[in-house]
Amino acid sequence: MTQPLLQIRDLHIAFTSGKKDVPAVRGVDLTVYPGQTVAIVGESGSGKSTTAHAVIDLLPGTGHVTAGSIEFDGVDLMKLGGRRRRSYRGDRIGLVPQDPMSNLNPLYRVGAQIKEVLEVNDVARGKAADRRVVELLEEAGLGDAEARAKQYPHEYSGGMRQRALIAAGLAARPQLLIADEPTSALDVTVQKQILDHLDGLTDELGVAVLLITHDLGLAAERADHLVVMYKGQVVESGPALQILRDPQHPYSQRLISSAPSLRSRRLAASERAEVREEATEAALEVAEDTIAEASEFGGEATGPVIRATDLTKVFKLPGKGFSKRDFTAVDSVSFALERGTTTAIVGESGSGKSTVARMVLDLLEPTSGTVEFDGVDVGSIRTRAQQLDFRRRVQPVFQNPYASLDPMYSIYRSIEEPLRLHGVGTGKERERKIRDLLDKVSLPGAVMSRYPNELSGGQRQRVAIARALALDPEVVVLDEAVSALDVLVQAQILKLLNDLQAELGLSYLFITHDLAVVRQIADQVLVMQKGRVVEQAGSLEVFDHPREEYTKRLLAAIPGRSVEPAS
Amino acid sequence: MPETTSLPGQTHFVAPSSETPLQATGMVDTSAPPEGQWKEAWKVLRRNWLFWVSAILLLFILVVVCFPGLFTGVDPRQSMLSKSLQGPQSGHPFGFDKQGYDVYSRVVYGARASVVVGLLTTVIVTVIGLFTGAVAGFFGRWVDALVSRIADIFFAIPLLLAAIVGLSALNNVWPDRGYWGGVLAVVFALAAFGWPQVTRIARGAVLEIRGLEFVDASRAIGASKWRNLFSHIIPNSLAPVIVTATVSLGVYIVAEATLSFLGIGLPPSIVSWGNDIAAAQSQVRSGDNLHVLFAPAGALAVTVLSFMLLGDAVRDALDPKARK
Repeated sequence: MTQPLLQIRDLHIAFTSGKKDVPAVRGVDLTVYPGQTVAIVGESGSGKSTTAHAVIDLLPGTGHVTAGSIEFDGVDLMKLGGRRRRSYRGDRIGLVPQDPMSNLNPLYRVGAQIKEVLEVNDVARGKAADRRVVELLEEAGLGDAEARAKQYPHEYSGGMRQRALIAAGLAARPQLLIADEPTSALDVTVQKQILDHLDGLTDELGVAVLLITHDLGLAAERADHLVVMYKGQVVESGPALQILRDPQHPYSQRLISSAPSLRSRRLAASERAEVREEATEAALEVAEDTIAEASEFGGEATGPVIRATDLTKVFKLPGKGFSKRDFTAVDSVSFALERGTTTAIVGESGSGKSTVARMVLDLLEPTSGTVEFDGVDVGSIRTRAQQLDFRRRVQPVFQNPYASLDPMYSIYRSIEEPLRLHGVGTGKERERKIRDLLDKVSLPGAVMSRYPNELSGGQRQRVAIARALALDPEVVVLDEAVSALDVLVQAQILKLLNDLQAELGLSYLFITHDLAVVRQIADQVLVMQKGRVVEQAGSLEVFDHPREEYTKRLLAAIPGRSVEPAS
Repeated sequence: MPETTSLPGQTHFVAPSSETPLQATGMVDTSAPPEGQWKEAWKVLRRNWLFWVSAILLLFILVVVCFPGLFTGVDPRQSMLSKSLQGPQSGHPFGFDKQGYDVYSRVVYGARASVVVGLLTTVIVTVIGLFTGAVAGFFGRWVDALVSRIADIFFAIPLLLAAIVGLSALNNVWPDRGYWGGVLAVVFALAAFGWPQVTRIARGAVLEIRGLEFVDASRAIGASKWRNLFSHIIPNSLAPVIVTATVSLGVYIVAEATLSFLGIGLPPSIVSWGNDIAAAQSQVRSGDNLHVLFAPAGALAVTVLSFMLLGDAVRDALDPKARK
């Protein structure tokens, strides 16, 4: 029987706030054997990163271990002094940090930063170290490593930086590698490449991995052993597949049923079909009503509500010297959004999907091509009345719940702003409307007097949705609206969006990088790559019979696909 | 995929659900009272003793400025040449200066000119700087280029040098200005060259805010550019501007004293700390009767220090990153 490499027993960690200790981790037990991959899964604030950072003595700020033991290779790290404790860091326990953008020093060449790891840990010096750096970069999967080592971090893409960080983490050949959300800042296809590579490398070298992630699908796919954390405690731990197939603790159950990548495809599709049926009906009624009233727009109740034709956006970027070069962010994109349905635009960062959204919202002028709303070219809108009518009927919800509400405005004022601006109702009527809207997004009326900084990400996103709905729009453009949220919250918001669509007959333009989410909400899918639409089809069609190589790659990269639980 | 044999320490473990009760996702904590950014800042401020020391000192100074008669019954312009340079005595705690003026009374009456110059200059500079900076940052392109270059030109000229030139020129065209005319001349001279600093800070803050999503969200509900600027962007960029304002208040008070010391600030007929410090020059050279210098200089130092401490405290409260 092998000895455990890392054994954490009854670990308690607290952060000092004022004069009080606020516990962040309470009684965590965790065991990692040599060569094994163990994943800690949990939402933000569950204490998963804090636990991992305690192992390498890198707790942020006022964090400190209040009780428990961390045994590494038979030695209790908690009993070691600062110097001996430090000697474990890098040398025997490596770290791959979360954010590849901020974890490399922009003023040093990448090679020099990996060389530093070698020299600090007395692995190699001088010329020998330089040679080793090139080997390590090659090992991490960077082509032309010799030239790459001489480059600066800004010359690397996100994926390349993460590879460099993996090279640095493994430079001193540690026995344990702590990977703290190593790929959450990267596109899915890059994520898959990097994780595949990391898997192969750690297998080959016999390095144990402690993987920290919020993505259950990813954890199940990559780890032997799972530890599910919730509010600073381990709620369930055990063999990865067993937990995935048969979760015991109510929290693990909830987590698994919410993970978009793990949900049954058929179930999602049939739920979606129901929503669509109700929504299209409701949408037709709304459209007929609007047309019966004097609308600033013409159009028929049956045609698509939004039609984009050959949308193109060219940005001028500074080129060499004083010249400018053209960058085509969006290249002749066409689509139609039918009433009461959802069209999803899927693509990786830089594919131009958000640019399309901004053009549909008339926040950005297209270089060529048109966006028609209700049969009228949005670009031809001249009168203020028509502009206000368009603004009233097409509303956005943005990605970042921390930036999409004015921090100086109370929730009441935030939601009231569109109503005031459009002169809707008296003060009393507006207040009733705001209560009604908050109720629709399942928030208590008491949040009205609160400010955004007091709400969590999911709550803010609900407020943003309530504000978007204030003017009874027909189209809502959701730009990565659920991407920044924890799985459970994400599942809730998706359900809310579906319910609202069925009730109010809304049409959604849903921008996302996450294909897994798409099948829960979308009817039509546009896959974008480098500004072009590479595939356009019904949602089921895209999932079951992807035609393009790129779509197939995107689908294959959804973590957890290989471990779809028996339902 | 691994086999499911369990090693010691890795057996399937399930915490009793009573131990960590599940909370509904996305619940709102409605127990605590609502708080905005300013309210939170006030909470931090309230616990800062530096804030209370400076606030009480400033309150006291303001009372002196508004009602100097409360603190002394002696006329600061009543010369008793027979008592020239005499030390402290009953009724005259700081003694007399060379002209036989009561030093204590002059310190009390001198506060008004100094503080009014500091406050007025700060208000004017902040208003001009905030507006120009906001417009430059918000509209960008040629508006930004124009405003920023003009600000750079003014920024390149040293404040004191510019004020000296400006005030000397003004002395030729408007020699007899009276009390308020004299004070205003100094205020304008300082404000004319002080605003670019605020412009730069406001522009930076606006550039940061205008890229945020709530600005786009506001545009998408049909808000005009100006409405966006005044109701979302400027209020959110105020914090750094207020901090600069409180700190520069002290700087302007010192600048007034410097100008008066050089003989081109406030005319000698106006009682001010700067003028009194200038008049005490001869005493510094001879080295005795230094009380004539220390009284106004001490009052000046305490006032400037109070404003700067307040500025520090406000900065710490408004900018969590600046806290240690």
